[in-house]
Amino acid sequence: MTTLLELDHINKDYRIRGFLDRSTLHAVKDVSFSLEVEKPEIFTIVGESGSGKTTTARMILGNETPTSGHLRFMGEDVAAIRSRAERLKFMARVQPIFQNPFEAFNPLTTLDYFLFATAKRFLGLKDQANIEAATDRALNHVGLSLAEVRGRYSHELSGGQLQRIAVARALIPEPKLIVADEPVSMVDASLRMSIVNLFRDLRDTLGVSIIYITHDLSTAYYISDRVIIMHRGDVVEAGDAKTVLGHPQHAYSRALREAVLPPDPVAARRIIAQRMASAKAAEARQPG
Amino acid sequence: MLAVVETKPASVEAKPVLRVEGLKAYYQMNYFGVRREVRAVDDISLTIKRNEIYGIAGESSSGKSSLIKTIAGAITPPLRVVEGSVKFDFGGKELDVYAERPAMKAARWKHLSYVMQGSMNVLNPVRKVKHAFHDFAFKHMGLSEQDFRARVESHLQRIGLDPRVLEAYPHQLSGGMRQRLTIGLATVCEPEFIIADEPTTALDVLVQQDVLALIKEVQQRLGSSIIFVTHDMTVHAAIADRIGIVYAGRLVEEGPTIDVFERPQHPYTAHLIASLPRIGDTKKRIALPGKPPNLADPPSGCRFHPRCPLAIDKCTRENPPLVPRQTGRVACWRAGEVEAA
Repeated sequence: MTTLLELDHINKDYRIRGFLDRSTLHAVKDVSFSLEVEKPEIFTIVGESGSGKTTTARMILGNETPTSGHLRFMGEDVAAIRSRAERLKFMARVQPIFQNPFEAFNPLTTLDYFLFATAKRFLGLKDQANIEAATDRALNHVGLSLAEVRGRYSHELSGGQLQRIAVARALIPEPKLIVADEPVSMVDASLRMSIVNLFRDLRDTLGVSIIYITHDLSTAYYISDRVIIMHRGDVVEAGDAKTVLGHPQHAYSRALREAVLPPDPVAARRIIAQRMASAKAAEARQPG
Repeated sequence: MLAVVETKPASVEAKPVLRVEGLKAYYQMNYFGVRREVRAVDDISLTIKRNEIYGIAGESSSGKSSLIKTIAGAITPPLRVVEGSVKFDFGGKELDVYAERPAMKAARWKHLSYVMQGSMNVLNPVRKVKHAFHDFAFKHMGLSEQDFRARVESHLQRIGLDPRVLEAYPHQLSGGMRQRLTIGLATVCEPEFIIADEPTTALDVLVQQDVLALIKEVQQRLGSSIIFVTHDMTVHAAIADRIGIVYAGRLVEEGPTIDVFERPQHPYTAHLIASLPRIGDTKKRIALPGKPPNLADPPSGCRFHPRCPLAIDKCTRENPPLVPRQTGRVACWRAGEVEAA
């Protein structure tokens, strides 16, 4: 087995400098996990805002350096990458997908420009025909074609389509790993499934591993193989997705699990009624 | 305290608090001689009863936000009302939103208020929270400064906030507290009608249920009606009494929440519900093919037909009317033929 990505006791601290005081924020505390090359999987990081999940993603992408610990991609320490050529090689194999596709693409530039630029930069292609062929191939993986995208601006497409194009762009350099930070939270619930299903297909057909970062437990349960739950920088629970999300053990993961509203009016109403009752009880306990 | 408990006569209870009839609101643009018309609200009729939470569901750019803006009378050009009417009934007095502008202005906040999506956009970041309450509600309550302050404090206490938040700036509060505050702002005058636009979308998952419970609790206590807009069907499942599904500017289905979830009549509704992932179930969910229609150039006939698995020839030519069916209304030529997944 070859290790694709290894996080070895990763810590990240931020120094916060106020006007007079300074303090340290431990954004990520002692996170370790690894992914194998032979076993492509969807690895999910679940957490609320401020849990350190985005910081972890930025470290995997090489945008942040861990304060301590080692982050190795294909056996090489990511922090040790110095030269431009090595950096490009790394970026070609680890690609990001961002939260809001409307912000990821410049609205004044046609979308094919971004796709062609990615092909030129990471594949080193010079010939327009080859560039277009590589772009078309990537778009075909997400159920689109270059003919549909050529000359279009981001405002002409729906959020779901745009996010597909973002995925296609990430696929152009034929990466081994995709880091998707909240890729569906800005997409409508009805289009969410098309993106999430796409991740499944990519794992199964292209053998790409995906690090899926989300706060939505239901889609996490639906697509993940393994999951870690983060809370204020700590990993509170980790393991097989169906076990962890189906039967959470840690108090925080249980609270998260209970916060998911079921798509069933009878059960959901019961939950809201319970919340109302407990709020009333808390009010009664308060003096005055 | 000064909290006034109003009891409404029985005859008033029966009348709907809001009647929208044949409402058409279009974005009409005329740039350099090129006319463009986007039919964001296209012939929508609905009524909202007293003491009811009415949920509006639909994807973005389906026209659901334009619809509630039009209902609130808060539209600015290029969005214009082309046809139809919006009538409120506050305490037996009928109020036409687009005919009686001054009366409408007086009714705002006292009878009709809003809970908005981004709580940070509602609360001025450089002024203390107490000023927000003063700006929004003071002139509608007709109380002295002192009584007003006491009333606001007791109101905040009832929605689970410490009255000390009045002295805080918005950035000192958490997202959940700020959303509570916007709900507090919207309900301090005890209005009969509240418009809520995605009030829980920007919140962390752990706070969402509490905010929903709060909305429901306040609604029950005041006996107000709420029109609640979100694309999250699970939120509708949790608090809406009735749901209206909007697709491409039209109301395609409406009915009691439980019936809509259990027996959706329109193929679009059936898809929306079937595509919801559930913990404990990894059965593959099918995503709807195609893309949302362009409202500047909508498809002929039924606007859903290019994406509809049940579309027949008739659907491409004739627009199905919204007709009563079972416990609700539905606009589909093949209504009820969908198998709920």
